[in-house]
This record gives sequence, structure tokens and C-alpha cells, in this order.
Amino acid sequence: MLALLEIKDISKRFGNLVANDKISFTQMQGEVLAILGENGAGKTTLMNILFGHYKPDSGEIVFRGSKLPAGKPGNAIEVGIGMVHQHFTLAENLTVLENIIIGEQSLLSFSLPQKSARKKLQDLSDRFGLPINPDTIVANLSVSEKQRLEILKTLYRDCTLLILDEPTAALTPQETDSLFSTIKNMVKNGLSVILISHKLNEILAVSDRIVVLRHGKLVGEVVTSKANRTEIAEMIVGGTVNYPKKEKSSPGKEVMRLENISCNPINESTKGLNGVDISLFEGQILGIAGVTGNGQTSLAKMMSGHLKPKNGELFFDKKRIEVFNPKKFMELGVAYIPEDRNIDGLVADMSVWENAVITEISDEKLGNTLGFLNNSSCNDAAQILCETYDVRTQTLQQPARLLSGGNVQKLLLGRWLIRQPKVLIACQPTRGLDEGAIASIQKLILDVRKKGNAVLLITEDLDELLKLSDTVSVIYNGKLSNSFSAEGLDRARVGLMMAGEGFYD
Amino acid sequence: MIDFRLEQREHVSPWLVFFAPIGAVIFSLMIASILIILAGVNPIESYIKLFVGAFGSKNAIAETLARATPLILTGLAAAIAFRAKFWNIGAEGQLYAGALAVTFFGTGLIQLPSFLMIPFLFLVGALAGGLLLLPLVLLRNYYKVDEVVTTLLTNFIIVLLVGYLLEGPWKDPMSLGWPQGASVIDEGVLPQIIPRTRLHLGFIISIFTALIIWLILSRTILGFKIKAVGINPSASHHAGIPVIKTIIIVALLSGGMAGMAGVTETAGLKGYLTLDLSPGFGYAGIAVAMLAGLNPIGIIFSGIFLASIYVGADAMSRAMNVPTYLADVIVALTVLSVLISIIMLQFKIVLGGQKRDI
Amino acid sequence: MIFDFVEILFTAGFWAATIRIACPLIFATLGELICERAGVLNLGIEGIMSVGAMVGWMAVYQGADLYSGILIAAFVGAMFGLLHAIFSVYLGASQHVTGIGITMLASSLGFFSFKLILPYSTTPPKIEPFQPIDIPFLSDIPFLGEALFQHTPFTYLAIISVVFIFWLINSTPFGLSIKMAGENPMALEAQGIDVLLVRSMAVILGSALMAVGGAYLTMSAFDAFYFGMVNGRGWIAIALVIFATWKPERALLGALLFAGLDAYQVRAQQLAGAVIPYQFFLMMPFLLSIVAMIIAAKKTRYPKALLIPFRRGERH
Repeated sequence: MLALLEIKDISKRFGNLVANDKISFTQMQGEVLAILGENGAGKTTLMNILFGHYKPDSGEIVFRGSKLPAGKPGNAIEVGIGMVHQHFTLAENLTVLENIIIGEQSLLSFSLPQKSARKKLQDLSDRFGLPINPDTIVANLSVSEKQRLEILKTLYRDCTLLILDEPTAALTPQETDSLFSTIKNMVKNGLSVILISHKLNEILAVSDRIVVLRHGKLVGEVVTSKANRTEIAEMIVGGTVNYPKKEKSSPGKEVMRLENISCNPINESTKGLNGVDISLFEGQILGIAGVTGNGQTSLAKMMSGHLKPKNGELFFDKKRIEVFNPKKFMELGVAYIPEDRNIDGLVADMSVWENAVITEISDEKLGNTLGFLNNSSCNDAAQILCETYDVRTQTLQQPARLLSGGNVQKLLLGRWLIRQPKVLIACQPTRGLDEGAIASIQKLILDVRKKGNAVLLITEDLDELLKLSDTVSVIYNGKLSNSFSAEGLDRARVGLMMAGEGFYD
Repeated sequence: MIDFRLEQREHVSPWLVFFAPIGAVIFSLMIASILIILAGVNPIESYIKLFVGAFGSKNAIAETLARATPLILTGLAAAIAFRAKFWNIGAEGQLYAGALAVTFFGTGLIQLPSFLMIPFLFLVGALAGGLLLLPLVLLRNYYKVDEVVTTLLTNFIIVLLVGYLLEGPWKDPMSLGWPQGASVIDEGVLPQIIPRTRLHLGFIISIFTALIIWLILSRTILGFKIKAVGINPSASHHAGIPVIKTIIIVALLSGGMAGMAGVTETAGLKGYLTLDLSPGFGYAGIAVAMLAGLNPIGIIFSGIFLASIYVGADAMSRAMNVPTYLADVIVALTVLSVLISIIMLQFKIVLGGQKRDI
Repeated sequence: MIFDFVEILFTAGFWAATIRIACPLIFATLGELICERAGVLNLGIEGIMSVGAMVGWMAVYQGADLYSGILIAAFVGAMFGLLHAIFSVYLGASQHVTGIGITMLASSLGFFSFKLILPYSTTPPKIEPFQPIDIPFLSDIPFLGEALFQHTPFTYLAIISVVFIFWLINSTPFGLSIKMAGENPMALEAQGIDVLLVRSMAVILGSALMAVGGAYLTMSAFDAFYFGMVNGRGWIAIALVIFATWKPERALLGALLFAGLDAYQVRAQQLAGAVIPYQFFLMMPFLLSIVAMIIAAKKTRYPKALLIPFRRGERH
């Protein structure tokens, strides 16, 4: 086999953070190379350098024996490198075809070659078994169809090395399997693939060779067939992580109950709800499984008072709730951790202490009657919060954006938990965190359950969901399945339900 | 094309923050000097004339401070709104709304002793400015109608309304055909603070107002909410802050400040309402606020500075034959150079992959 | 009396005036539309129109021919567009403040240069503006001929530019890139296209159109330059872009509708002038713009990346 790609001594810093530290490795022609590492290990940064989104501070990339000019995706595309980003790079309001042909022609050219593009796309679809309708508006595609489109985009530009960044994050187990067979099919057709993941199981199933990154450094290279699971797991986190264990807990009384609730979607990227029934019990975690965009956000927003249902009833402690506003639900004892920490959670350009007390500011406990802020009590409150929930910050005065992802999430979760909520609604609470932080967040969530409060857990990560939840329901197209006991639940069956099996219109 | 990237700075020295606007001012004066050279005149001499025109005598200083008065208030109007990312570009219209309120109540309809009349006029002026903005902020909040455009368009509507009133029902019969309003009653006129100059009580009031706004923004719960809503409305909403209510309060405060500027001009400088009451104070307020980094204390200084440019440019124009529009050019350049300085404070510029700390 | 008000609609002069009034708005609205489609709100529009009006007129006054006047106005507009792009696109500064700054700079520079070049003119000097051209045969059609086919070349240029922009946006790679830059710039970057370049080109092209819209005022609608002659038309154009839901063909429709109401009010004013003060008629365009925005608000779908700077190499 020939060396296709050589990564040589790549380093990249962001401010004080060393994202990549002198990383070197080689990929062979026709190989599926897996880059493994926990969130924040530097995998995506490295791929963004390879694809030209970022310019490395030092080091170089050699592709097919010649140096790849850094810093321009155009160069990478030209030599045959294609990348499917974790967050899809699609213009939602344009058609599939428009998303595919952009970039092929010079900006100064006078026409869009729609006809020949259509034909080429059809050929690629047939050859790789990736059917798609070229005239659909992208917004109407499902998550796995969008991924298919992303792959076709790269194939259309004659890519010979395909980079897939966390491609399975939003897929059902069955869709994951189908993606893997597509990958194998591509290799058969002469392509090489770089697969980025933090899921060891998947990597072992599909890759030829594994490269492990930790804290921006390359810490190991193994041929998959000779890989030892435990060794790699330790290589990824640099030791062992103590994940919290779920203790036995029997359901207490019912705290929150939804009866036949329907509502309109809160935004374009999710579905509304259609006749949903839910019961949350004290000391129990209800996990909601489902492919992102099937109504999870609407459900969480509705249950935290941000969204008023069209019909149906919501009871809290047996009392029917008439008024839907976030403040009212806060007072009832509902805490809501939104999925996008940086948009809906953190006010990044305010200080750590300001972010710590912001939920209390509205109750005006921290000021005097004239409306002046009491700085010392604010500081004390922030201090207590950071100590209780182990938020590591240099000072309380530093801007919150300098906190690491794990500390941000501990701060956000902490400022709700300190209010002793009766119901915690947590959306994707561990997404994008490193393993140590994941363990701490999972422990905080289990603590809520231990104290006898109710939790609604929404996460894409099926393993996490099955591990933490007592009962699991599947959401599909705004409808919710019955709930099943999490113990001994069959992953494959949940996967099929996530794809819509068992839901009727 | 151009290989050029910005990289966020993690720490910014407070000294840099303090000196950045001064650098911006010097930069814009340098650019403007090119225009002065084009006009065939020596720029250094011109700037000296400008400085002397603004600060060279008791009268000049008084004139500069009198001109600063409405600028400080419209600067506050812009600063409060911009902090909450509420783009009120309608201070000009709100200023005239304040002036209309003064003319309506202050020319005989209400008679109070001076110590009540003056606060009363400021109150109705501020209310008028705030209320003018209220429907627009409600449209923005509940119908998502962009406030930038509506506030701008409202400026034109109000100026036309003033024109109608001054040529029609509110025209002062004593004004010998000029379109102007009736004079504010003596109890309502803002007294001079330096005798035989045009500097009046309004200046002191504008400084007090700036201090109060500074207190509100930096020391109170309301200020906290305004800051949070301005930086990240979505996160604020999820943390339980009433975003819409906060924006409405911001709008009322902001419109109120601009309305007060209408009061100082009508009851202070002129004594009556005219069609040319404001030569664009509302728009210049944006420059004042930007130059001060939206800081109310800073606005006192940036307001005085920009006032000195306007006042000094008149003197310079007479002496050197440079069009007075130079003052507007300098003000515009200031806005743009402040923007550059803001970016430089936030980011390092990275050229061609190699970092150059600028 | 009521009959008089209806009769206005049946005069060819009314329809011809509608088209004349629409032209500067058509140019300006198309210009703003291109910028916003690419993700950049261009509040420099009012000032760029003003400077365009001044420069185009001044060029002709100094001896250039009318068509060169248009080109010079477009060039100056493009330069202010470039300045806007440097701030809002390359530096990623606040688009609101950049735009206001550009408006202040463009109009004050325009006034400054006008005064510098013609310091002592009291009555505004005049140029020989574009003259109406009768399109052979078509202009002889009764009523329609006078309404549609007896306009100046500048007017026909406005109509041509609608077709051009429509074609540009819908049928060229550049147009597709503009749409993508305003929707999801990362998608464009991932296809190897320089987002900053696309956005800048859009702002430059849009600003040139704005300036041409301003030049229409001094070179076709009138024959002289006055201070403040743009008089809010730029802001109205921004409202029209929203009303047109960012589509060029609807921008044409919106501008015509708007101009029609304006032309109508001018004529109605002559009939009702004694009863209703003229200021209220002059308020109409501004009030109508606000009403148009409220009407459009419900279904308004802004380009997703409008107002959001794109920074290359930033951690996402």
C-alpha cells in the first residue's frame, strides 16, 4: 500500500489552549483510519487543519507526495479531500442540487450547469447506493438524508479521501450500520476514509487502524485487528474514569403529568408535539430517545413553560397548570438545562459570578429595595455555587467564556440545582464534554434522582440514556411511545423505534 | 484572496481600553487633515483655529458646553439602547417629540413656579420621547418589525409633524412669518449658568443624568438585566430574565433621554421650538455613545469633545474657508475609527498564518 | 369631487410619474437586497445614495457625459461599499454601527466636496439631464405609450437592472454563493469558496447600485443637487426589501406600488391641498413603509446569517 496522506508535526493553539501538539501520522491508500479520542482531544481541530479551515501554527501536510497548501478548503477539495462536518454545512433553504453544485464553477462563470450536474449526481447515487431527490429543499430532509447529501457533495467533487467527523452522533443504530456498509463500499471503490469518533465500539467495527489523541497529543497508534479494548479505552482518557453507578431507586409519587398534549414546533429545526402523555415520578429518571429534530426541543420547552400547548393538560403535583411562562415554572420547581449551552445557557461575555447569580437576579434576592445590587452577597452566592459544584475558575471576575465546556455545564447545572428543583429537564447535558466532565455531570444528575426528585433526560447518546434512565420512551415525529423499563432494554429495538417503527399516523 | 484572520484576545489591558478611543480620535483627525489639505489650507493651522474656536475664550467654552448638552443626552439615549442591542436610531425624532411636549405644556397651558416648572418640563419631554418609541418597541417585540428602520422612518414623520404645527396651529403670531413656536414661559426657561452666554442649566442636568444612568447601568439589578439581555437575550430568557419587559424599559429610558435633549434645546437654548432646533443631534448622539464605549461617564467627555468639533469647525470655517461640513466628516470618521479600535481590542490580527500583535 | 380622485388613475401622466418615482427606489432596493442576501445589512444606503447623487451630478456639471456620470457615481458607491465591507465583512464589526458610520461619512463627504468645489453657489446650478426617449412605435400607443414608453434611458436602465439582478441571483454561481453566504456561510466555506470575498463583492455591487439610485435623482428626475435630497429614500428601500421578502421581482413590484401611492398623493394633494396640509402627504411614504413592514412581518424570514459576521478559522 502507498502512503496517501502524511501529517507532519502539526501544532495549533487557540489562545492558551494547545489544541494540537506536534501530531504526526500517515494514512495508507484504501485504508479506513480512525482517529479516536474524547471530546476536546483535538480531533476536529486536526481535521479542520487538514481540510483547510484552520491554518496550523507549524507543521505540514503531504498528500499524494506533494505538500498541501494550508488554510484553504479550496485546495483540499481540489486534490481530492472531502469532509463531512459534524455540524452539517448545508444551506437549508436551497435545494439538494444547489447545495451540491456550489463551488464547482468559478464565481465569474455565467451559468449553473444544472443538467450535467443532475446526471453526475444520479450516477454517483447509483454507484454508491445513496439515493436522493435533487430537487428537495434541504430543510425537508431527515438527519440521515442530510448526511447522505454531505457524502454525495464530497463524491461529486471527486473526493478520494473522505473525512467523516463524528458521523454517527445523530444516527439510530440501524442508520449507523448502514453508514458503515456505505464506508466499506466506498473503500471497495478505491476511496480512503478518515473516521473521527469518540465511540470505541464503532471504531473497532469499521476501521483498519486507530490513532488515539489525548489533550492535543498523539498517544497511540494501533492496527485494529490487534487492538485491545481496555488498553485503548485507557489510552483515550489517560487512565480510568470513575463513572457514577445508578443505585436502586423505587418510584415515589407522581410530580408532573402530561395528558394528550400537542403543540406547534418552537422553531424550524424541530417538530411539534402530537398527543403526548408523560408521567414523571419522584426518584426516577425518564429518558427520551430519538433522532434529533423529532420534537425533543418542543417537549423540553413546553415542560419548562417556554411553549404553550395547543391542547392537552399538564399537572404539577396534581394541580392543573394554566399559565405557561418560564418564570412560573421556575417557581413551581422546574429546572431546565437547554441543549445549546453557549446560546441558551451562558452569557459568555459576562463574568463567572454574574452567570452564577443570573437565575436569582430575577427574584431580586441579591439587591436592596432601591434595586441596587449587593455585590458582596452576589459574590458569596457565586462562591458557594462554584465550591458546591466544583466549577473551576481562576477568579469569579473572569469572563465566563474562558471556562472549559465541563466547567460551563457544571456552572449551568449548579445554578439550577442550588434551587432544589423538583423536576430537572436536561437536554443533551453531556454533549461535547470530555470523559471526566461527563462523569461529573452524570453524577450530578443521578444525585437529583437520589434526593428523590424527578428527571427528564433527553440525549442522543443511547448508551448514556440506557445507563442513567429508569424508564425510556422513544420520540418520533412529535409522538411519544409508551415507556419501557431501561433495564435489559434491547438497543436494536429502540433503534428501530427511533426510525419510526411502531408509530402510526 | 487576502490571508487575514482575527483571533480573540483573552485578556485586554484596562489601559488599552482607556486609550483606544483617544487613538481613534487622533486617527480620524489625521484622515480629516487630508481633506483640509485638499481644500488648500494648512491642517495644523486649521486645527489650532478649531481648538481656539471651541475653547479659546469664556464665550467659546460656554458655547461648546451648551452644544454638548443635547449631545450628552442623545449620546445616553444611544448608549442605553445599544447596550441592550436595541437599535434606536430615532433619537432625532424623540428629541423633537420632547420639544413638542415642552411647547404644548410650557408655553402657558401649565403655570408653575420655576422649581416645579423645570422638572415638570423635563418629565413631559422625557415621557414624550419614550412614548414615541413605545409603539415601535412593541412592534419589534411582538411582531418582529425591525426597529432600525421604523425608528429611522419615524424621524422623518416627526419632523414633518413639527413643520405642520409650526406653520399651522402652533405658529407663534408674534414671529413675523417665521415658522416657530410660542415662547416658553419665564418660569420654564432654563436659567443661564454663566451670565451673558448661552450656557444654561441644561448642561448641569445632562451631567447629572449621565451620572444617574451610570449608576443604573453599573450598580443596579436593572442594569444587570440590560447587560445580560444585550449580550445574550436567549440565555437571559432561559435564566428567567423577562427579556421583553427589559427591552421595553430600555426603550422608554432611551427615548426619554432623547426627549430630554429636546427640552434643553427648547427651554434652554432657544426658548421656543423651531424647525432647525436640531442639526442632527440625534444622529450625532450615536457617535458620542460609540466614542465613549457606551459608558455614561465617558459620554460626558465625548459629548463635550464632539461639541467642540462642531463649534470649533464654525470658527475654523470662517477663518480658513474650509466648509463646515468638515465637522460632520470628522464625526463620521470617529465612528468608524472607534469601530476599528473595538475590533483591535477584541482580536489579534493574524496575517498569513503568522501572528502579529497589533 | 370623488370623481376627481378616481380620475387621477386614468391619466397617463400618473403612471409615467409612478415609474419615475419608482426608479431611484428600484436601484436602491436592489442594492440593499443583494447585500442582505449575502448576510450584510447595509445601513450606509442613505449616505451612499446621497453621495451618488452628488458625484454623478458633479461629474456631468464638470463636463462628463451623462453615461460617464452614472459610471462615476457607481464607482464612488462601490468604493463606499468596499469600505463597508472592510468593516462589516473583513473586520466583522457591528453592521448597524458600520452602516450608520458609512451613511454619516458618505453624506458629509458629499456635502463637503460639493461646498469645496462650488463654494459660492446660492441657487443650485443645473445640468442638462437625461431626456425622455420615445421608443419607436410603442410610444405611439395611446395611453400606454405615454405611460410606459416615453421615459429617459436612465429609467429603462432601472428596469434592465431588475432583470440583471434576477438573473444574477437565480442563475449564476455567484448568485448561488450570495444566497449561501447569507444563509449558512460555513456551507460555502466548506465547498472551498471564500465567504468574505463573496460577501464583499455583494456589498460592493449593492452599494454601486445604491449610488446609481441616488444619481437618478440628480440626473434624470431633477437637474440639480440639493442637500438632503435623498430624504429618507434609502431607509424606505430597506423597508421595501423586507416587504419584497428579499426577491428582486417583488422589489420591483414593491417599488412600483409604493411609487404609485406617492404619485397619487402628489396629485391628490393638488386637489385636497386646501383641506389637508401638505406635510401629511409628505408623511405618507414613511408611514406606508412602516405599514408595509408590519404587513410583511408575519411571514418575514430573514436570511439566517444576516448580521452575523463570519470569521475564518474561528473555533466553532
